[in-house]
Amino acid sequence: MSKIHVTTTVNGDQVEFLADPRESLLDCLRDRLGLTGSKEGCGTGDCGACSVRLDGTLVCSCLVLGVEAEGKTVETIEGMANGNELHPLQRKFVEHAALQCGFCTPGILVAAKALLEQNDNPTETEIRYWLAGNLCRCTGYDKIVRAVMDAAAELRGEAA
Amino acid sequence: MAKDEFTEFKLVGTRPDRPDGLDKVTGRARYGADMSMPGMLWAAVVRSPHAHARILRIDTSKAEALEGVKAVVTRADFPEGLTGEEWNLQENTIAGDKALYDGHAVAAVAATSALLAQDAARLIEVDYEVLPHVIDVDDAIKPDAPAIRPGAADATVPEGMPANVVRYIDFGHGDVDAGFAEADLVMERSYKTEATHQGYIEPHACVGQLGADGKGEMWVCTQGQWYIRKMCADVLGLETAQLRVTPSEIGGGFGGKTTIFMEPLSLALSRKAGGRPVKLVMTRSEVLRATGPTASASMDVKIGMTKDGTITAARAEFRMQGGAFPGAPVDMALYCAFAPYKLKNVHHIGYDVLANRPKCAAYRAPGSPMGAFAVESLVDEMSRELGLDPLDVRLTNGVREGDRASYGPTFGSIGLIETLEATKAHPNLLVPLGPNQGRGIAAGYWFNHSGETSVSMAISEDGSAQVSVGTPDIGGSRASIALMVAETLGIPYEDVRVNVVETGSLGVNEPTHGSRATFASGKAAVVATGQAIKEMCRRAAAEWGIDEDAVEWVNGAAQPAGPNAGKFPPLTIREIAGKMGETGGPISGHHEGLPEGVGASFGCHVVDVEVDPETGHTTILRYLVVQDAGRAIHPSYVEGQYQGGAVQGIGWALNEEYIYGEDGRLQNAIFLDYRVPVASDLPMIDTVIVEVPNPGHPFGVRGVGETGITPPLPAIANAIQDATGLRMTHLPMTPPKVLAALKAAGRG
Amino acid sequence: MVAVNLWSSLTRFTDGARVVELEAATAGQVLDGLKAAYPGLAPIVDAGVSVVIDGEMATGRHSPIGPESEVVLMQRLKGG
Repeated sequence: MSKIHVTTTVNGDQVEFLADPRESLLDCLRDRLGLTGSKEGCGTGDCGACSVRLDGTLVCSCLVLGVEAEGKTVETIEGMANGNELHPLQRKFVEHAALQCGFCTPGILVAAKALLEQNDNPTETEIRYWLAGNLCRCTGYDKIVRAVMDAAAELRGEAA
Repeated sequence: MAKDEFTEFKLVGTRPDRPDGLDKVTGRARYGADMSMPGMLWAAVVRSPHAHARILRIDTSKAEALEGVKAVVTRADFPEGLTGEEWNLQENTIAGDKALYDGHAVAAVAATSALLAQDAARLIEVDYEVLPHVIDVDDAIKPDAPAIRPGAADATVPEGMPANVVRYIDFGHGDVDAGFAEADLVMERSYKTEATHQGYIEPHACVGQLGADGKGEMWVCTQGQWYIRKMCADVLGLETAQLRVTPSEIGGGFGGKTTIFMEPLSLALSRKAGGRPVKLVMTRSEVLRATGPTASASMDVKIGMTKDGTITAARAEFRMQGGAFPGAPVDMALYCAFAPYKLKNVHHIGYDVLANRPKCAAYRAPGSPMGAFAVESLVDEMSRELGLDPLDVRLTNGVREGDRASYGPTFGSIGLIETLEATKAHPNLLVPLGPNQGRGIAAGYWFNHSGETSVSMAISEDGSAQVSVGTPDIGGSRASIALMVAETLGIPYEDVRVNVVETGSLGVNEPTHGSRATFASGKAAVVATGQAIKEMCRRAAAEWGIDEDAVEWVNGAAQPAGPNAGKFPPLTIREIAGKMGETGGPISGHHEGLPEGVGASFGCHVVDVEVDPETGHTTILRYLVVQDAGRAIHPSYVEGQYQGGAVQGIGWALNEEYIYGEDGRLQNAIFLDYRVPVASDLPMIDTVIVEVPNPGHPFGVRGVGETGITPPLPAIANAIQDATGLRMTHLPMTPPKVLAALKAAGRG
Repeated sequence: MVAVNLWSSLTRFTDGARVVELEAATAGQVLDGLKAAYPGLAPIVDAGVSVVIDGEMATGRHSPIGPESEVVLMQRLKGG
């Protein structure tokens, strides 16, 4: 099957790749661009491990075709830190032990960042419902929710 | 050195950042599917759509003719003549004469892209003769059930048992009939639990490479690289040492990644494709259909109790299916079932039964949650019947050091009573409950485990230390081992790097299973560190010209032991390490063996629920985990184990189950339908770490990973009874089931 | 002599005895002694069992047994 040439912007960089029209955006990120930070846990949009932003919208990249990224902007976990300067969410996840195996962590961080950009002071319940599409099997979510609340407080400029 | 005598630790018990944290929050950590190799091919697997079928013909010619297809393998590409568990593993990797369950692998193909491999797999034609199948354990044990593997029963099974019974166990002590006669109340109930999956978010993935010379390597997500090596070598007839297996970061395991499922297929395909590396990644549906869920269970329990709550006798008969192969953890379920109770009279009977389902694997405290569901449900119901506080009943009967365990041996140091007392003192028990709300408690037990362990450590030129362990880090064991080594050396935590190494670097290690990593690798690392300290003391002694026994190690430095040894300023680890090239060469330590002194762990959970009388939906309002850790090396990761175990148990209790159709096919093989708990289902999970130090570990560690999944099943059932008056005896307690029970009681 | 506690369903191989006496100073000698005295137990022992000495799972064949030790045979345990 012939491939389609795709030009898109990933984490601020313009990139090009050839995509089979059946390939998901997740597969293209991982296998065409070497960005393996986004994970496949289910391939059906149920686990959220592949969460990325597409033109700012939080999506499961396993449910988006690679060719749909043409001309759009994609943000992945690899673009979350500014060089060596971690985003407060990343730092708080480590501080709060909000990860064990870490496989769901990239998707949860991308999703949590999207939440805090539209709601800088979410309640525990709002965080739990926002992250309900991101499965974590290790932590029971307790420390994840605490890390997100603490990062939100820091971003609001409140003392942790 | 008996570190239990220390009143204060500098590092043990603190909560530093985990060493792999930065990699894991930036997406850099490399898991099973994240590896690519030069010249790599991609594989796909053809799987049986039938629960039980004879394989009449496999035609691979169309797939092989497809441009870009480099290899196709069937069972004919694997050696014959294997026996016992080696045959079981080979048969489960790829079907022989019969497909034994929906999803059983039949053929595999390697091609130049993932999509091409999937296309080729669809071109492989398999003719089946569909055979009668059996799914439910109570059906499978019937005398007229389809015989799945005649002759598979082992020597424990007496003549005349039904065809699918492959292991039988019967044990106990005392006289249960006399015990029941002494009781004021005797109750008997039957319970069922359904199969659940570990549900690790990372699907199985590997890249395997095998040359015609029999040398190969593998990158794989696993709990145990040496197990993978041995099992792959057995299944393929290879020399074990010629395979080099490197564990990736692991995206969860919970027991399910202690064995092989598809890994030998990548090696067999690679060998056939001229030695090119082959990447094989399971889909979620393949994970659910064709890896190792836990057993399902059908259980009868009978208990006798006096009016004051003393248990006079107990009897349990458990039937468990673990798929089409022997191995349902019925023995461990029975060993753990009554473990919290001191019993004079107890009798256990267990049957391991075959069914047309995938080969079960370990799942966090294998067997213990099922046994606890049955026993802790009945103890609770009887406590209520007698008007007794269920926590007091557990204290009345609770085992202490020196008591005979329900499964035979005498308990050493254990912390059940301390755990129950800490539970009783917790403020969650004082929170008032509203309408349709209820509170449940239950205890749970896991043995913990040691096993083959090999650890090396070495001092670097600048006085920092590296540790090589063979137990993959799933829940923070690199952090806990670094803390123990740093504490022992007297150097900062940040100066220790713990590496999980490949099979070429150490002797055989058992996997990270049985809650053993921080216990066994940690204990071996401390012993190895002691050797390096001894060597550093020896070098300081040589420098000072005094006897090496006159040197002691304090706060990261060698110093003369007392005024008679001589007056020398301490030599720090940095100073000794900086000169090691001139004073005798590398300074290292190594310890291997079967670490003794495993300490068992008891837990007690308290849950508050609200049951919606209109929908039957159960909401978890409040949840408390109290568990004996022995010693919490890194308390955050101990809490993490407690919380994660509890939530897996909550899923098992309320949502999760394997659902099969009449055709024997798994009907819920995606996460939408196999519903694990999500963030919005849950409250915070409160924890109390009880520390009754294990005398068998230098820092008192017991192992904390597994006990926590055990109490939630009965604790939630007990809370639902408290809220509704209904006793649910069949998991999961889904809204439709609870609603039906409410309606049957005239209250829906 | 060491008293070895068996599980009940093994008694059909031991002429009904739940506790059997053996000369043994290690876990391995218990297993070998059981097989020698009761050949019917051999396939079960060879398939893998755990010897529990004074409440602790013997980690290997050479784990020592004292004259007063409590010895219990259990099915092989493994964890998740």
